[in-house]
Amino acid sequence: MAHDAHAAADTRRGPRPRREVTTAFVVSRVAVLAVAAALLLYAAPPLAADGSWVSLTLLCAASAGIAYLYLTRRFVPAKYLIPGTVCLLAFQVFPVLYTVSTAFTNFGDGHRGDKPAAVTAIETGSVRQAPGSPEYALTAAVRDGELVFLLVDPKTKQVQAGSGQGLAPVSGAQVGVTGKVLRAPGFTVLKAPEAAARGQEISKLAVPTRGGVIKANGLSRAVEGRAALVYDSSCDCVNGEGGPWAADETRGYFVNARGDHLAQGWQVNVGFGNFTRVVTDPTISGYFLGVFGWNLFFALASAGGTFVLGMAVALALHHPRMRGTKVYRIALILPYAMPSFAMLLVWRDMFNRDFGLINQLFGTNVDWLGQSGTARAAVILVNLWLGFPYMFLVTTGALQAIPRELTEAASIDGASPWYGFRKVTLPLLLVALTPLLISSFAFNFNNFNAIQLTSEGGPFPAESPQVGATDLLITYTFRLAFGAGGAQFGFAAAISVFIFALVAVISAVAFRRTRKQEEVYA
Amino acid sequence: MRKRAMGTAAHLAALSALAVAVTACGGGDKTAPSAAPTGSSSATAPAAQGGKLVIWADPNRVKALKPFAEQFGTENGVTVEVKEISKDNQQVFLTASQQGSGPDIMVGAHDWIGNLVQNGAIDPVNLTEEQKAAFPEIAMKAVTFNGQVYAAPYAVENIALIRNTDLAPDAPATIEDLVAKGKALKAAGKVKEVLCLPVAQKGDAFHVYPIFASGGGALFGTTSTGDPDPKKVLVGSADSVKAFDRLKELGEKGDGALKTSITNENYIATFAAKKCAFLISGPWAMGDVKKGGFPYDITAVPSFKGGKPATPFVGVQSFFVAAKGKNKTLAQEFVANYVTNKDVAKALYEADPRPPALTAALQEVQASDADAGKFMEAGKSGFPMPAIPEMAAIWEPFGIAEAAVVKGGDAAKSAAAAQKAIDSSLKN
Repeated sequence: MAHDAHAAADTRRGPRPRREVTTAFVVSRVAVLAVAAALLLYAAPPLAADGSWVSLTLLCAASAGIAYLYLTRRFVPAKYLIPGTVCLLAFQVFPVLYTVSTAFTNFGDGHRGDKPAAVTAIETGSVRQAPGSPEYALTAAVRDGELVFLLVDPKTKQVQAGSGQGLAPVSGAQVGVTGKVLRAPGFTVLKAPEAAARGQEISKLAVPTRGGVIKANGLSRAVEGRAALVYDSSCDCVNGEGGPWAADETRGYFVNARGDHLAQGWQVNVGFGNFTRVVTDPTISGYFLGVFGWNLFFALASAGGTFVLGMAVALALHHPRMRGTKVYRIALILPYAMPSFAMLLVWRDMFNRDFGLINQLFGTNVDWLGQSGTARAAVILVNLWLGFPYMFLVTTGALQAIPRELTEAASIDGASPWYGFRKVTLPLLLVALTPLLISSFAFNFNNFNAIQLTSEGGPFPAESPQVGATDLLITYTFRLAFGAGGAQFGFAAAISVFIFALVAVISAVAFRRTRKQEEVYA
Repeated sequence: MRKRAMGTAAHLAALSALAVAVTACGGGDKTAPSAAPTGSSSATAPAAQGGKLVIWADPNRVKALKPFAEQFGTENGVTVEVKEISKDNQQVFLTASQQGSGPDIMVGAHDWIGNLVQNGAIDPVNLTEEQKAAFPEIAMKAVTFNGQVYAAPYAVENIALIRNTDLAPDAPATIEDLVAKGKALKAAGKVKEVLCLPVAQKGDAFHVYPIFASGGGALFGTTSTGDPDPKKVLVGSADSVKAFDRLKELGEKGDGALKTSITNENYIATFAAKKCAFLISGPWAMGDVKKGGFPYDITAVPSFKGGKPATPFVGVQSFFVAAKGKNKTLAQEFVANYVTNKDVAKALYEADPRPPALTAALQEVQASDADAGKFMEAGKSGFPMPAIPEMAAIWEPFGIAEAAVVKGGDAAKSAAAAQKAIDSSLKN
């Protein structure tokens, strides 16, 4: 309907004025299309080699769609919308979905791969050299186009040919000093580069023997090995040493009757297991409220403190009688311009009791990061120092947007400077800055670096080493998920979902309040 | 307009990366065995002959490895690429292996083995009896896991007591002697600290372990084969509590030998600045120590008077064969026959002076650098750092308990809390 109207409007106006074709226009078009084509050319061969036809089709369809979109003169709004939408999908929606889906698995150390990979790893890892068997010197050779191993027993110097069918004696072979076969009738001996080129085949070839199989071990040796553990698909179990080990699909391990499991596991779906663990594990739920309370305080103090300090400085510099503002501004921006990683580490060392600058400067002997009260004050102080230049910058910008007439009018009307600030400047500032304050809060709520690089969550009370006085939810759960049990991505994802929900709720409430405020002042 | 074009390009890149990632994940299970050969044969066709061998190592070792890698490459007609991985090497290797973009050979510490094995990331390495005999027993023990050799060792390192012989001419026979000497020097104003051993706010299990062991403490029980037994965590045992009590006596409220203000960042520098007479550290400290410009000596960490031996952890730097590598035959060949070569071991030593694992190389190195031999000697009573994955659960709770007692906290309570924390994380 709307389209028709649009078309009708076009015809009424006669021929639409042709858009001017500038160089920039052509270049950008060509660039977009070239990139699309390049990606297709880059990604297509591996996908085709892999046999992933669905992905290949999707890729081609996407490339064709993009090519069409930017070649046609129609769909102008889509030309602007598509990049943003793709960006949204790739950088927002996909990571969130991926995190959520990971939260339902046991993905982590010991459960990274799938079951066939675990079985392969178990079998390969259990291959032991057959007792008493020789360490054969290996020479790769070809007989009638087929790869064979020429094996020399180092003790008896007897030469045998090993192929997929088994071992057969070879007569008339000439053995060199290194134990390698130099030539043998009926065989073409492969030189080192030739053998290296057939590395895949060599590592695949298994010569069956009575006790096990002979496999190449590098290019110059072969040993007879026997797998101590063998997977049996009929019982879905691994037989051998300590077994049988039955597959436990709920845990992603092969377990035996004693409850032990083989080291190599695989990734399985654990349902809400990770979420229930977050809620029921006493080491998490028991400390949650305390950590959450401090986390909230830290985020509020960081966002609020930096705002108040940044605004105060901005107001001082905004005063019309202020001189040398440029110099001040440069000096104030410095903490913001320095890499925060390095600065956090420097601050950590400055708080050191015996070697730190702060105690030396003030002649005190405070174990700053060793007591909960001072450690909390220290991390907030550091965060304040790192964060206020940003607030100073944005407040300066917002202040310049407020007409001076307003404050002048207020003072003419007899308002004190404080009253004028409170009733005129601050509300107008907040309209512009509240969204920034909320995002600053959300950022500081998860400000992992500020804690991890200074106090590492400590100090830790001796009675409960799991949670430290300055631990935020994110540093605390990071330790739970990646510290003790190796990497547990599934569990970490579940925690992220919880934290995401918390921050989302707080931010949503705050934005709702902002909207009301905007209605009043805007 | 141009800006938008660039934005679009970025989106496209992201989209295609996604597509590739999705297929890599999806294709992994069923096509993995068939995909590997097709992929590499297409890659090798234009290359010389034998394809490519990829080695990942940390920055220090890349330069030393290159000439040998090239020599190996020309001998076997392959291209050998040595790639530098500078951070989180173990995690990077695991993730890349999982995706199929990992190397053929990885260089790393032996205590990764447990985790690498449980993730199916490495294959056993088959060394001949002769090759095994060329290494000291402790190095072979370190790279053996579940009865299998999983790596070729190239450097052995452990901590020892390094002392400034200007300040302390005689090697202390016991920890008590060491503390007495350190306190006397401090009282005389010659040094600022009794002992330079990093504790920091979160403790440092690695550096304090010899003293803890001498006090009778233990982390794990042992299995019938003599390996650490993850089912028997002994951090909270009565003997360990006694050891924690000894640490408390050495701590801030006691002798002041152990302090949380001494950290990994400042302990070597403080010693090099002659502010303490004793340093407990490893070969990696020697560069800074030498810059201090004073005579020093290296001896084993002493034990308590009448205590158990002060056994340091021994770490073994090793070469692993990646299970998901594309060129495993060559990788095996390189690791088993090249790394065990004396010249390679010496070149690696020159790039980063850690005592070579190969006995023959160590003997040659010792002639020009006595420190290497002294460190080796100091580590003789040590034992390999546990490679079992469960060790990851120990470090932090143990360290926190250590820091707590050093600050004067109750040993029994700290040990019990650490034990509880370890148990609960091992349960999951």
